[in-house]
Amino acid sequence: MPLRSDIKKVLVIGSGPIVIGQAAEFDYAGTQACRALKEEGLEVVLVNSNPATIMTDKVMADKIYIEPLNLDVLKRIIAKERPDSILSTLGGQTGLTLSMQLAKEGYLDQYGVKLLGANPETIDKAEDRQIFKDTMTSIGEPCIPSKVVETVEDALAFAEEIHYPVIVRPAFTLGGSGGGIAYNEGELHEIATNGLRLSPITQVLIEKNISGWKEIEFEVIRDSKGNIITVCSMENMDPVGVHTGDSIVVAPAVTLTDREYQMLRSAALNIVSALGVEGGCNCQFALHPDSFKYAVIEVNPRVSRSSALASKATGYPIAKVATKIAVGYQLDEILNAVTGNTYACFEPTIDYIVVKFPRWPFDKFVYAKKTLGTQMKATGEVMAIGTSFEQAMMKAIRSVELGVDTFNLPKLSQMSDASIVKLLENCDDERSFVIYEALKRGVDVATIHEITKIDNWFLNKMKNLVDMERKLTNGPLSEELYLQAKKYGFLDKTIKQLSGETITFPRHAVYKMVDTCAAEFAAQTPYFYSTYDQQNEAALHLAENDNNRRKILVFGSGPIRIGQGIEFDYCSVHCVWALKEEGCEAIIINNNPETVSTDFDTSDRLYFDPLTPEDIDHVIEVEKPWGVIVQFGGQTAIKLTKHLEAKGVRILGTSAASIDAAEDRQSFDELLNQCQIPRPEGKTVFHIADAVAAANEIGYPVLLRPSYVLGGQNMIIAYTDADVEEYMAIIVAHNIENPVLIDKYMMGIEVEVDAICDGNDYLIPGIMEHIERAGIHSGDSISVYPAQSLSQKIKDTIIDYTGKLAKALNVIGLVNIQYVVYQDNVYVIEVNPRSSRTVPYISKVTNVPMVDLATKIMLGKTLKELGYGTGVYPEGDYVAVKVPVFSFEKLHAVDTHLGPEMKSTGEVLGIAKTFEEALFKGLVAAGYKMKKQGGVLVSVRDNDKEEIYPIVKRMEELGFDIYATVGTAKFFTQRGMKVEAVGKVSDPKPNLIDLLESGKVEYVISTSTKGRKPAREGVKIRRKAVERSIACLTAIDTAKALVDSLSLDMSINDMELVDITGI
Amino acid sequence: MEKKKAYLLLANGQIFEGRSFGQEGTTIGEVVFTTGMTGYQETLTDPSYFGQIAVQTFPLIGNYGINHDDFESEHCWLNGYIAREYCEEPSNFRSEKTIDEFLKEQNVIGLCDIDTRELTRVIREDGVMNGMITTENVYEQKEQLLQQVREFAIKDAVTTVTGKTVTEYPCPGSQYHVVLLDLGYKRNILQKLLEVNCRVTVMPATVTVEDILAQKPDGIMLSNGPGNPEDNPEIIANLQKLTVAKIPIFGICLGHQLMALANGAKTYKLKYGHHGGNQPVKEVTSGKVYVTSQNHNYAVDEKTLPANVGMISHYNVNDKSCEGIQYLQAPIFTVQFHPEACSGPQDTSCLFMKFIDMMKGDK
Repeated sequence: MPLRSDIKKVLVIGSGPIVIGQAAEFDYAGTQACRALKEEGLEVVLVNSNPATIMTDKVMADKIYIEPLNLDVLKRIIAKERPDSILSTLGGQTGLTLSMQLAKEGYLDQYGVKLLGANPETIDKAEDRQIFKDTMTSIGEPCIPSKVVETVEDALAFAEEIHYPVIVRPAFTLGGSGGGIAYNEGELHEIATNGLRLSPITQVLIEKNISGWKEIEFEVIRDSKGNIITVCSMENMDPVGVHTGDSIVVAPAVTLTDREYQMLRSAALNIVSALGVEGGCNCQFALHPDSFKYAVIEVNPRVSRSSALASKATGYPIAKVATKIAVGYQLDEILNAVTGNTYACFEPTIDYIVVKFPRWPFDKFVYAKKTLGTQMKATGEVMAIGTSFEQAMMKAIRSVELGVDTFNLPKLSQMSDASIVKLLENCDDERSFVIYEALKRGVDVATIHEITKIDNWFLNKMKNLVDMERKLTNGPLSEELYLQAKKYGFLDKTIKQLSGETITFPRHAVYKMVDTCAAEFAAQTPYFYSTYDQQNEAALHLAENDNNRRKILVFGSGPIRIGQGIEFDYCSVHCVWALKEEGCEAIIINNNPETVSTDFDTSDRLYFDPLTPEDIDHVIEVEKPWGVIVQFGGQTAIKLTKHLEAKGVRILGTSAASIDAAEDRQSFDELLNQCQIPRPEGKTVFHIADAVAAANEIGYPVLLRPSYVLGGQNMIIAYTDADVEEYMAIIVAHNIENPVLIDKYMMGIEVEVDAICDGNDYLIPGIMEHIERAGIHSGDSISVYPAQSLSQKIKDTIIDYTGKLAKALNVIGLVNIQYVVYQDNVYVIEVNPRSSRTVPYISKVTNVPMVDLATKIMLGKTLKELGYGTGVYPEGDYVAVKVPVFSFEKLHAVDTHLGPEMKSTGEVLGIAKTFEEALFKGLVAAGYKMKKQGGVLVSVRDNDKEEIYPIVKRMEELGFDIYATVGTAKFFTQRGMKVEAVGKVSDPKPNLIDLLESGKVEYVISTSTKGRKPAREGVKIRRKAVERSIACLTAIDTAKALVDSLSLDMSINDMELVDITGI
Repeated sequence: MEKKKAYLLLANGQIFEGRSFGQEGTTIGEVVFTTGMTGYQETLTDPSYFGQIAVQTFPLIGNYGINHDDFESEHCWLNGYIAREYCEEPSNFRSEKTIDEFLKEQNVIGLCDIDTRELTRVIREDGVMNGMITTENVYEQKEQLLQQVREFAIKDAVTTVTGKTVTEYPCPGSQYHVVLLDLGYKRNILQKLLEVNCRVTVMPATVTVEDILAQKPDGIMLSNGPGNPEDNPEIIANLQKLTVAKIPIFGICLGHQLMALANGAKTYKLKYGHHGGNQPVKEVTSGKVYVTSQNHNYAVDEKTLPANVGMISHYNVNDKSCEGIQYLQAPIFTVQFHPEACSGPQDTSCLFMKFIDMMKGDK
């Protein structure tokens, strides 16, 4: 059946802010969906609260609402837009859950809206634990012994029945939030309590623990006719017990005979058919390693992180095909866009192996609990393609940007053999390194398998890498050995290091095509990966498609991590679009499978490879680009600048020297002097003693940070010598090469500006002001456009400084500058001559296509030619408020206190005519429930008491009950406030923990001088708030903004819904 | 252990240099590629590969070792075997030996460490061609060796692979008796028949129609097998007689081709055949698409099938070639793909039930 004639206007729901468990993969899926719908001539209405996405870009849909994703808002959008259909399966769990709620309430029927992609019955069969189990039993598919319970008592009783350990899986939570493995009654009590609370339907599944079984996944697609195929199989290197999002995953499955493979494949088809899914579906199985016993773990009847991975691993666009199915097509009617002449109803077959490696945020959160289990903790991932597992693993490990090129972790080399074997028992982010180290120490594969349960196949392959390292170290380096090392994915740099020899027979990588069909058919879409082999298909492709267009290489931003998120992918994609518009051939190199930039039809050519100097050299060798662009790929791409310049490659835009000038303290100071622009006093130091001396000279408080970092990594505010000493020790341990910067900390208003410059003129789309004062990382601050509290004089100064700096640095393209306004003076904090986190949202709300303009300028155009004027762009009618979103509930033991180190994983936007409404929308979108009654618990450091008082006073006036810790309570009582004092965590019960447990408290305001360490009182309060899903405010300014919003006599239902295509 | 150098010399003169595995020496065969990512054991023991050199497009072969249970016949019928990389440390609970050991045992010459994707592209562009794997230096007498390569042809395929004796496979409680005509049958065809409660008598391809009829079968299964279907005039003549006998017949792969030839259709050689577990096939009556396992170089030319004899029941979604015939004047249906799977998807195993239903209707 072709396109359904009863579909004309479709509502697409996005997945909202990036959080752990729901990340960029849904921008990729949503973008494909929007395109697929538009291709069919359908009108698309899009709702997503996440402004950093490509899918909320004006070209992607006819109407775009960057509004909070909740039922009230969706209902109003449906009433306003009157779509005839709603696509539910492309917006992650968020989109799916909301769609189902709308359907179950009868709202969709009431408005004549058809539900596309999934129906409530299918979703219940897949997601309601009991119905799922019943469905599986009815079709003869084995499940793990389990029981759905709604109370802790029932959980404990069932665990007695099936014996410990048991796994707890809460129903309807993201990325398995609140789940875990319990080995005894005490642990089960804790996990089940937490899980029940987090589950929106207060249900958890208690399940027999089958840790150690193989974990195998299938991505399945089915159409309305019942045609069904599997796109890809995947095998988790980490056996059952580790969330698939935290596992190293290979595609296809490698340790299964055809019999086992077909058994599970048939089971997957059987399940998906029984559920009646029309679209994409992910099936996860546990397979007993020594028999044909298997069990279904879970089924996701929608596109997912795994489907994004499967799409990138095979070239098969699952989201696109799922969308076409949703609007009526059958698999055999949908062309395979990669080959151009086969159909979507065939199963991809691949002739390489893919490794997915997670990227965890533990470099930021040094005190976080790193143990991996059923709750996902990774913020992002990389994918590597190779002709051998060894090669793909080596590519993966250098793609995740941990500062290593091999599986050697320096700190492990110091440990004793016994400690290493002991460490194997830890299932955490470093396990692959520990295994490598153990193999190096001669621990045999059988022993490692016994401890880790990782299949011997993987361990033997890891051993091959260890053996190769040994051969290279022992020498001599023959050409044959060199070639084998290259096939195993070793960099020349590593080979030289290990062998101590120079390479006299260097080889360039060749490129092979990802074509969905293992070369059985000629493919049209040039999607390549590097390997060491004979035929170079990229070179052949280039020779066959020779044209006169200028070839431009764009470097992507690698894995999503805190500090470098989806915004940079947005920029890379826009850059590619602009290049194409200008008649250039746009070529992308990136390694992130979740993103739009690595979609096979985004660029003219895609190289799916690591972003290290050596890897990009090979691409440059085969492509011989006219120029390269580093500005849009975050620090990942910027880091390549020096290398590219040394190679003599034409870097478009701001020069390497200017980039360096902005990062190097000394040259930056000279530049500021020359422009007569002040900055907070600062010094550069290398050692602990120097740091203490410098801090005293400048005067406390001071800000410490290593140079060349992103997202405020390891950045702190120090108040005493002891602080400086403690943090210098951490910083030095992390990165010894770069100096540490010490600056005077000025507690003023933070202002941020993104500008586009062409060398002569500049254009500032807007000035943004942060709600939180300087000292909180800009990525974690609530950011407001246009600035609300700055005087014209201050604004003029900022504009003047921005122009001067852009000119002095000779910025060609984008520059991001952060200022602090302190005692009516403007100081420069930081200049980043590259794209920034705020570019997507400012582009959307101001209508200045920043990346597009910057790209065209890099190609030689001037601002004057481009039609957006110069100087400051006129302010629009709307106020936009960007609110950060955190994933603290996924990361145990992480202090939620905001500071100079970035902690947020994503962001949302509120847009309205007034600041107050925009802020309100932003807070709602970020997940604040905006409760106007209940309790407030206040516990603040002495410095903050004076300032917090009027804020709390207003909350009291609003009718909140005020609770406070003893010191704070005393302070408030003295001023006549009615406060209930509560005991500390360590005090006898009932103390503040009991209060938080009681459900009486809606807000916690908690600040402390010292934080981070999980043992500290303040951290315990804040963690408890996270566990109980209580809004916790750790900055006075955020608290004030929240109270302002709560005072507003409005609800979200009174506010205008803004279609951003119309502003 | 250092692996010896080995070469592939293709009929077009191209040479690939790699390493030897399995047996050393020299062999010539018809080079075909198969795209299955699992199932190398089934490939190695499928009699349909007689005379061929199989190239695995998936680069990592031998991961789960070799186990006897998954054999499709007792021997490896290939003339040679090519893999990008073979696994020396396989891992699977049923693994008995490595693929290298198996090839040595079976006297099969293997080649690894070559650019198998480049080789696949050559075959895709130029079509299936002969090739020689050798551990001797191929450059020295290239022209002479090329001559040999080009002269090679697969001969006596069916008569070589077919069994020599009649074997009966009882099935307790069976309702139907099926004669499985062994044209080089895969063990799983027998297995599937037993699973649907048939007593099976496997008969060599060389038997007469009278021998078959003497068994009083309820149905006849025509198996898969190697080589050019036109090389089997005696069998084709037998099938003509069986068609008239109105006994329910189910044909797979070579069986499908021979039945078509017996009924006036022609076959032709595909450029590079279908080998793998991901071929989409559309069933004409229902419009449904099935993912199938396939392994063939020849196809029935649907234009030559007389309209009154049969109709196309299935076709390949990619290249629209004939994948199945429903005969109109006799209870016969045949398919080009492998509903018995092994290796490959089991999505069409329901055809065995269709065969049962046909026998039921006939009783």
